[in-house]
Amino acid sequence: MDIYEQNIIDHYQNPHHHGRLAEPKLSSEEINRSCGDKIIVDLQIEDDEIKNIGFQADGCAISVASMSLLSDYLVNKKTAEVLVLKYQDVLNILGVPVAERRYKCVLLGLLAVQNIILKAENKPERIWDDLM
Amino acid sequence: MSVRKNFPILKTKINGHDLVYFDNAATTQKPQAMIDALSEFYQKYNANVHRSLNPLADLATQKYEKTRQAVADFLSAQKNEIIFTRNTTEGINLVAKTFARSFLKSGDVVLLSVAEHHSNIVPWLQLKKEIGIELAYLPIDKNGYLDIEQFKIMLTDKVKFISIQAASNVLGSIHDYQTILKLAKAKNITTLLDAAQIVSHVGLDVKELACDFLVFSAHKMFGPTGVGVIYGRKELLQMMPAFLGGGDMIEQVLKDNFTTNAIPHKFEAGTPNIADVVAFQSSLEFLQNLTWENIQKEEKELTDYLWQEMQKLDFIDIYGKNLLNKHLPIISFNLKNAHAHDVAEILGEQGIIVRAGQHCTQVLHDTLGVSATVRASLAFYNTKKEIDILIKALKEIYQKFKV
Repeated sequence: MDIYEQNIIDHYQNPHHHGRLAEPKLSSEEINRSCGDKIIVDLQIEDDEIKNIGFQADGCAISVASMSLLSDYLVNKKTAEVLVLKYQDVLNILGVPVAERRYKCVLLGLLAVQNIILKAENKPERIWDDLM
Repeated sequence: MSVRKNFPILKTKINGHDLVYFDNAATTQKPQAMIDALSEFYQKYNANVHRSLNPLADLATQKYEKTRQAVADFLSAQKNEIIFTRNTTEGINLVAKTFARSFLKSGDVVLLSVAEHHSNIVPWLQLKKEIGIELAYLPIDKNGYLDIEQFKIMLTDKVKFISIQAASNVLGSIHDYQTILKLAKAKNITTLLDAAQIVSHVGLDVKELACDFLVFSAHKMFGPTGVGVIYGRKELLQMMPAFLGGGDMIEQVLKDNFTTNAIPHKFEAGTPNIADVVAFQSSLEFLQNLTWENIQKEEKELTDYLWQEMQKLDFIDIYGKNLLNKHLPIISFNLKNAHAHDVAEILGEQGIIVRAGQHCTQVLHDTLGVSATVRASLAFYNTKKEIDILIKALKEIYQKFKV
């Protein structure tokens, strides 16, 4: 099965929740040094629930489509639910068989989102391996 | 081409596709002769070198030292000017952490270039933190070659060490390193030539080049992984302190002092990578039998065809220029609308092995203003037919990602 099916290309070319939030209170930037992908995510959290999300990305189709599909999933989710998400959950949301060599592309957005929440809760931030 | 039959991996299939190996700048494939030599060493000659007084150890030592002589001949150096390391990275680190740390002082300038591999930047950044040297970066010109006019301007009295690549692992440009080394020599500046990329394409004569240090890795020239080479001018090697401490690098060890062994052993602490060093000799022999003349003729044809066909594609950006007889069979590029990693992924699934990313050259990518590139790097065993396969695949990828 082709990982670049039309749905992925569509999300890459027209990502959902793309663009920074108006006055972001919570933001995080993550960089995948192995390929140069960069993502900035803004979250609006109210009553421990994600109310809105916005992001700007310079990355490959897999990292942008992952963040786009993930952003749809995250709206109205409790932060506690978001913090338990791992690599396999993003793969399920993506719905295409991405090889493990692209794990950083898959996880870039989730890592940024979780670290925003953790930072806001004054907890230690996570690294790639924590999400595998 | 009949030379392909010497490289068994070229018959490998990936997802049912013929392997098109275009990642030779990362590591080259290995001839059967080297694979056999490696296996033969473990089957017949395995023993530790330079120590036990027994006939098996003698054989192993002779074979290990025979490669050292072969490398010395290959570079027109003396045998004791050749040090075995793990790789080019370790070679540059050794020079930075022994020679440069001992003989440079705060405020001295080490001249690098913006095109250097991280292995020729980070050891110098470490030294900058440690003893306060300053770094200066030679720019590239509009064609992707080290800017010689700028070099002349930057060659001030503060420059005490020059560490520079002979060719770019990204742009494929073969720089005018001869002129750089000559001008440095005239000003008595110590030089290190990073020959990692050029060593499998061009003959090198350290006496003619008059460089002080030259480093490369065996695995980028059809040899085994885990073997690096430093050529160091004898007088410098003798005045440098040892690098790692341990067995073989010492003459005598007392409770409160030690004296070092003679060069080159002073820099080879502990049991070296004996089997791979021994096997490396057959890679050198293989190259010698092929002759530089044949290699260069084949590679020039491949380089020109690759660039000609790639330049026909109106949907790609190419970095650098293929100047006549001054280019390796390398091309770095990006497709419009498709990210480098996606391009490499799709090519890879079809058996076309390329590299995507920054190729350990973040400073160069920042200079080029791109976050990642796709790189195809060829060797003499590649074919025009394989280039056609790449071109066809790129057209299909473009169609897929077209907005």
